[in-house]
Amino acid sequence: MSTQGNLERVLRSGGFVVTAECGPPRGVAPDMIRKKGEMLKGYVDAVNVTDNQTAVVRMSSLASSVILKDMGIDPVMQMVCRDRNRIAIQSDVLGAAALGIKNILCLSGDHQRFGDHKGAKNVFDIDSVQLIQCIKGMRDDGRFLSGEEVKPGPSIFIGCVENPCIEPLEIRAMRLAKKTSAGAQFCQTQCVFNLGSFERWMEMVRQLHLHEKVSIIAGVTPLRSVGMANYMKKNVPGMDVPDELIDRLKGVPKEKTSEEGIRICVETIERLMGIEGVRGIHIMAIGWEDVVPEIVKLAGLYPRP
Amino acid sequence: MIVADRKPFDEIIKMLAPYSNILVLGCNECVTVCAVGGAKEVAILASQIRMRRMTDGVKTKVDEKTLERQCDTEYLEELKDVIGSYDAVLSLACGCGVQFLGERYIDTPVLPGVNTTFMGVTEKQGFWTERCQGCGNCVLDRTMGICPVTRCAKSIFNGPCGGSWGGKCEIDKDLPCAWHLIIERYKERGRMDAFMEIIPPKDWSTARDGGPRKRHREDMEI
Repeated sequence: MSTQGNLERVLRSGGFVVTAECGPPRGVAPDMIRKKGEMLKGYVDAVNVTDNQTAVVRMSSLASSVILKDMGIDPVMQMVCRDRNRIAIQSDVLGAAALGIKNILCLSGDHQRFGDHKGAKNVFDIDSVQLIQCIKGMRDDGRFLSGEEVKPGPSIFIGCVENPCIEPLEIRAMRLAKKTSAGAQFCQTQCVFNLGSFERWMEMVRQLHLHEKVSIIAGVTPLRSVGMANYMKKNVPGMDVPDELIDRLKGVPKEKTSEEGIRICVETIERLMGIEGVRGIHIMAIGWEDVVPEIVKLAGLYPRP
Repeated sequence: MIVADRKPFDEIIKMLAPYSNILVLGCNECVTVCAVGGAKEVAILASQIRMRRMTDGVKTKVDEKTLERQCDTEYLEELKDVIGSYDAVLSLACGCGVQFLGERYIDTPVLPGVNTTFMGVTEKQGFWTERCQGCGNCVLDRTMGICPVTRCAKSIFNGPCGGSWGGKCEIDKDLPCAWHLIIERYKERGRMDAFMEIIPPKDWSTARDGGPRKRHREDMEI
């Protein structure tokens, strides 16, 4: 079995990676994942599969990742600390690796207050930094968190997330340093709308030489409407959508808003590509996955290596 | 101290429905301080129950009493001669008192009049907030005196998480982000090096996860 997934292969070859997001369905609908997979296949190097994002119950990240993997797509399986203790987490890491998953993205997870089961008990036995360390230990030292031996250990490319647009930025850069020293190899950022803030964050990242140790993949989201932009600004924790962007969307006729949204997204990608240390982009086209191929082509990132 | 909230009155009335001779029993400790289960609250609740029962046309006897503590056998003994005359006791003590009283007098149903909520402090008059979860392995020396187990909604040890915004927690914009507070103190005390240390996974076996806890001091036994 090859130990390297496509995402790691492209990054190691020095390429600029493109990834996209796939939110699993709220039912037994494997074809919905296959449909999203077909839409994205060939346009991205890996597809990120969310783990019950915003604490809303969906098909498991592991099962959805395997469906994509069977289509020849390299899935990035998200794993949050909200719903599983260290026993279940390590068990799922072994299961994922056994099923051919190569990439795991480690997150704390949105609090269940945002989801559809507000009365649920949360776990948070370990946090995202400890999760990174845990997977690294299983892989490199062949040890579970308990110190017991893992035979054989999983071969996993370890990812983390960071929000580059919330103040204080230096804390966000320092936290990435913690995640990097814990073992993170790539970092997917929260959606970048505020490029000025992102650039300042990247400067700090470079000062700490983190970009040499962890591949920074900047998150982008095409804004489909003024309503969506306003919603994200006001309701999504940690999302910084500058007023200039909203004004720009407001400045075009309504039927042209989504086109303008795509244009803004492509311009953002072009700016991100010029920032030292940015190794790729992650397109989070929430509920608008079919726009990804167009964005990839317009940004001049097609065909994929 | 232990902080509690009084149960909704209708829930109490429903709970007491099968009983006619009721003792409303307060506790002079924590629940008195947080103004939910002391002598004053006992008197108010007892009057409310009498009035409701009268309106409903149900003959009821409601007595009032407040013990020094309901979590100590010494004080529970005060009820020895009278408890048998009641159909039920409505205890306004925390969950510890309700259970301990029920263990001492197994023939009398003891019902909870309050919801025990947390171990906390009085931030200002009429405002209590949580500070400790009794995890059994204190980390306050490492986190600048601010408890991440209790004050972070995710109890994370290497925060802040991505939902921290403007120093506030993602779950409530009025709730300070514990990790924001911890970092502010690290900065004030020139200890950002401590922030950079990864705190390893916690051993939760000393917390509730390890099963019901006990503390035994043989040297104190009589």
